[in-house]
Amino acid sequence: MWELIRANKRNSIVLMVLMAIVLLGLGFVIGMAFHPNGGLFGLMIATAIWLLLTLISFSSGDQIFLAASKAKLVTHDVHPQLFNVVEEMKIASGLPAMPKIYIINDPAPNAFATGRKPETASIAVTAGLLARLNRDELQGVIAHEMSHILHRDILFVTLAGIMLGSIVLLSHVFLRGMLYGSVGSQRRYSSGGKGGGQAQIVMLIIAIAVAILAPLMAYLLYFALSRRREYLADAGAARLTRYPEGLAGALEKIANDPSPQLRSANKVTAPMYIANPFKKKGQRKLSDLTSTHPPISERIRILRNMTHGASFRDYSNAFSNVTHAGTVVPAAALTKEEVALRQAEAKVRKKKRTEKQMHQIGDIMRRVNKFVFLTCACGLTLKIPPNFKSNKVLCPKCKKQHDLPSS
Amino acid sequence: MIPALIIIAVVLALLFLFVIGIYNALIRLRNQVDNAWSQIDVQLKRRHDLIPNLVETAKGYMKHERGTFEAITNARSQAMGAKTVSEAAKAEGTLGEALSKFMLVVENYPDLKANQNFLNVQEELTGTENKIAFSRQNYNDQVLSFNNKIQMFPSNIIAGMFSFGKRDFFEVEGAAEREVPKVSFS
Repeated sequence: MWELIRANKRNSIVLMVLMAIVLLGLGFVIGMAFHPNGGLFGLMIATAIWLLLTLISFSSGDQIFLAASKAKLVTHDVHPQLFNVVEEMKIASGLPAMPKIYIINDPAPNAFATGRKPETASIAVTAGLLARLNRDELQGVIAHEMSHILHRDILFVTLAGIMLGSIVLLSHVFLRGMLYGSVGSQRRYSSGGKGGGQAQIVMLIIAIAVAILAPLMAYLLYFALSRRREYLADAGAARLTRYPEGLAGALEKIANDPSPQLRSANKVTAPMYIANPFKKKGQRKLSDLTSTHPPISERIRILRNMTHGASFRDYSNAFSNVTHAGTVVPAAALTKEEVALRQAEAKVRKKKRTEKQMHQIGDIMRRVNKFVFLTCACGLTLKIPPNFKSNKVLCPKCKKQHDLPSS
Repeated sequence: MIPALIIIAVVLALLFLFVIGIYNALIRLRNQVDNAWSQIDVQLKRRHDLIPNLVETAKGYMKHERGTFEAITNARSQAMGAKTVSEAAKAEGTLGEALSKFMLVVENYPDLKANQNFLNVQEELTGTENKIAFSRQNYNDQVLSFNNKIQMFPSNIIAGMFSFGKRDFFEVEGAAEREVPKVSFS
């Protein structure tokens, strides 16, 4: 475990340095394009943008993200099973504190984790996920998110996201500025002398080329590392639960889900989810390079290929078997530990019907929104909204009067 | 003369820092092992607290299962009264077996399985049983990395100097307990 976290940290630092070079280089070139001695000024602007975004995201990044995805903080009573499963995985991973738990009102099954430190992490799941998965599958998903927290992936996603955001912002502003209204300033600079003007034009062309290429490069770097981290989180989940089939089953249900894509996700937040929130239509191989997540069918096949054990080494072997490529696991984490698999449940479970699932999603969200649930003696369940005025309510079926617990 | 002294001083200082680093890592791992051990206790206590609730909820529906209830209650009081670690481990093993037997019997009582109260208690019990299993698993994971650190070079030298001893794994007695977590419903 520790070996993996350390190797992850090293990879993150390398990536951050690469992205920082791209960002500073972009700033420098843009500065040079405006004035022969403007390189330093450009560097300063680039650093200032980066610092500002870093400050914002470090002070309240996870709160902004949770608010943007319309996640609601819930207590144990809202969904005891979710709470128990999170606590089980917290114990299995030896995390120092219980993460905060959020539910998102959305029928598309998905989940994400956020928070810079393991001590102050949050896990959010959609109501659709809760309605569709059984206990083992939910455990697999939560274990995947817990692995992200444990591997410090969230810190990485936050830092890299900021760097990416700065690069995109800077190049966007510059290219826009070039298109509209920098013609006047160009004339002013070129009046200095003929040779200088020529060099200036060359510099300008270089700057435009860099401004177009830099965001692309940054995106590719970002996506490559986020795909790798998805594999590693899958490996971590298998190791925590000792039951790869749980996560495999969950991913299968998520992949085959007919509901529309998650409403509150965007391109920058996409790597944080367990499965890519944007549905692809058909094209697989073409989009691999620009995808934040590995193909879900491949992830399932790797997990189902783990028949000998649940250690990182077993995952690595399964990965090589399925993809015929090397390994995704850093060599330091391939220790010789033997981790036995858990026995599968013999029980065959009935498939839940879609209407029942939609009904369940409604109930989960009513609990999230603090509805009071009362079961009448006649078998009817009364769901009373929190803004219900009276403290007595009649059962519509058997006309029995119930007292509402005052809150 | 003086440069040589400086070099020696620097080397010694680096060596000292290196030893401190490894020593602190060993302490951290040992604390994690101790903490993981206390987690198991917390979960076992939660299991004991949950059982009266479970028996109370299920009793009315399962009039013909007095033997099952008695087995659970007896195992619980034995586990709570256990004096030594091996005694406790044995009693907890029996309790675990009694509980999984109970959960099998529940399958024959559709009324009980439809009762919301019982479903709540059942989820809590499943959660607790899983938490016990996972806290053991975490304890064993921590012991493994602690023992690895103690045996591997160069940390084995420092471990020997400050007499860090190997820890034992939590081995489970009885076949039924070894296959945890086995209790699952949905």
